[in-house]
Amino acid sequence: MAMLEVDNLHVYYGMIHALKGVSFSVNEGEVIALIGANGAGKTTTLHTITGLLSAKQGSIRFEGKDITKTPAHKIVEMGIAHVPEGRRIFSQLNVYENLIMGAFTRKDKAEIEDSLAMVYRRFPRLEERKNQRAGTLSGGEQQMLAMGRALMSRPKLIVMDEPSMGLSPIFVNEIFDIIQVVSEGGTTVLLVEQNARKALSIADRAYVLETGKVTMEGKADELLHNEAVQKAYLGE
Amino acid sequence: MSFLTYLKDGISLGSVYAIIALGYTMVYGIAKMLNFAHGDVIMVGAYVVLMMITRAGLHPLLAVLIAMAACTVLGMTIEMVAYRPLRKAGSPLAVLITAIGVSYLLQNIALLMFGADGKTFINVVSLPSLSLFDGGLVISGTTIVTILANIIIMICLTLFVKKTKQGRAMQAVSEDRDAAQLMGINVNGTISLTFAIGSALAAIAGVLLCSAYPVVTPYTGAMPGIKAFVAAVFGGIGSIPGAMLGGILLGVIEILGRAYISSQVADAIVFGVLIIVLLVKPSGLFGKNVQEKV
Repeated sequence: MAMLEVDNLHVYYGMIHALKGVSFSVNEGEVIALIGANGAGKTTTLHTITGLLSAKQGSIRFEGKDITKTPAHKIVEMGIAHVPEGRRIFSQLNVYENLIMGAFTRKDKAEIEDSLAMVYRRFPRLEERKNQRAGTLSGGEQQMLAMGRALMSRPKLIVMDEPSMGLSPIFVNEIFDIIQVVSEGGTTVLLVEQNARKALSIADRAYVLETGKVTMEGKADELLHNEAVQKAYLGE
Repeated sequence: MSFLTYLKDGISLGSVYAIIALGYTMVYGIAKMLNFAHGDVIMVGAYVVLMMITRAGLHPLLAVLIAMAACTVLGMTIEMVAYRPLRKAGSPLAVLITAIGVSYLLQNIALLMFGADGKTFINVVSLPSLSLFDGGLVISGTTIVTILANIIIMICLTLFVKKTKQGRAMQAVSEDRDAAQLMGINVNGTISLTFAIGSALAAIAGVLLCSAYPVVTPYTGAMPGIKAFVAAVFGGIGSIPGAMLGGILLGVIEILGRAYISSQVADAIVFGVLIIVLLVKPSGLFGKNVQEKV
């Protein structure tokens, strides 16, 4: 059984029918990419999975449990962390306080310290700036903080929304390297990206979303060489 | 010495404004709404204390604790029944108008139960007065308790927000509600807790206010509520030290204005000061210039 199963999801924003029956699955240990143009429904899909939006129809199952109607704050506890689009760090708090906020649902202090050490190992720059106000970090550092904060909940599945958006090319490479490290560390990754080439280069499988529907799916390297995908999303 | 006496009265009245302003400022900071019914919770607190002492014959301290519990339940119920469904619908204006409605509702229920006549309040503070400068400055027990209560509340609240898990949740919800949910924070629960704290403080403010100015009417909370709102904006809405400073400054300005200029225009002076402060520093004295997210 897949770790995450999304089945025939329909989501509306008022009158707008944003998702029109999206189905896909994520197996444990995989890196899955959702690619597609602006407005295809990628972010909506992620928000519905983590409970920020609710589905009108369809179901989401995580490790066999139906989480379609589970509120957002309970989903974190079940093991899904969401790195939101635009990072959404707490800019008034410092780096350390942001990271601790990521461990909000956890109680064991020693384990939280372990996770903090792990995040600092993975992002040495965050340790250097742990007392700095998060709002004063550069875009790339804020993205690292958002990822570090998500890892602080020790997720089984990490959901990332446009982690490379607005970053310089050097940071983009760094962020994708980190995603691979996170994946190798045993965390399953569901990645939404406009940078389709990069996303497909690190993903195992991918789904292409178009105006609220999955129009293509397959192994990432196959999609990378698919003519239609190349034309529409890889600029060739 | 009369200046010192006025100053002391101003600080005392200002401390009451500050305690009320805390409720306004915390609810605004966390739920992003102006709870215009907050002032009327003060009135409810005062009536509860009065009833508990005169009708049930309880010890004043016990009466205050019961009033705090009653106001906590009232505040949480108002939030749950009147504001939460509208918050979901996403219209800030509807919530604001509902708050005004709740304010009138509370006033009219009190009118129905207790009538329009003022009831004499019993001073719950039995502390002796303090006499300084050979009797040149007399500080009443009520004043001492009011100022001390204000300081203690401020310290406890600051520690609560900075040091406890629930306090951190409040900070997170105040900055970004969605991101807070993604951390596993129960946003509705956090807002509910904020209303609980603010309403319990309103009960304390009600007791202190009516101990100093010993009459309760159904409109007792209305004007202090508005002034405390002014104090919160004055200090920078959303800021706890801002509410404290704003409240005390407002109380001092009001009393000094009444003493040296005219008791008729004291309120006009208070609101005039607000207008000037907002012209010079729109975010208030301690306000952060947080840019609205688009």
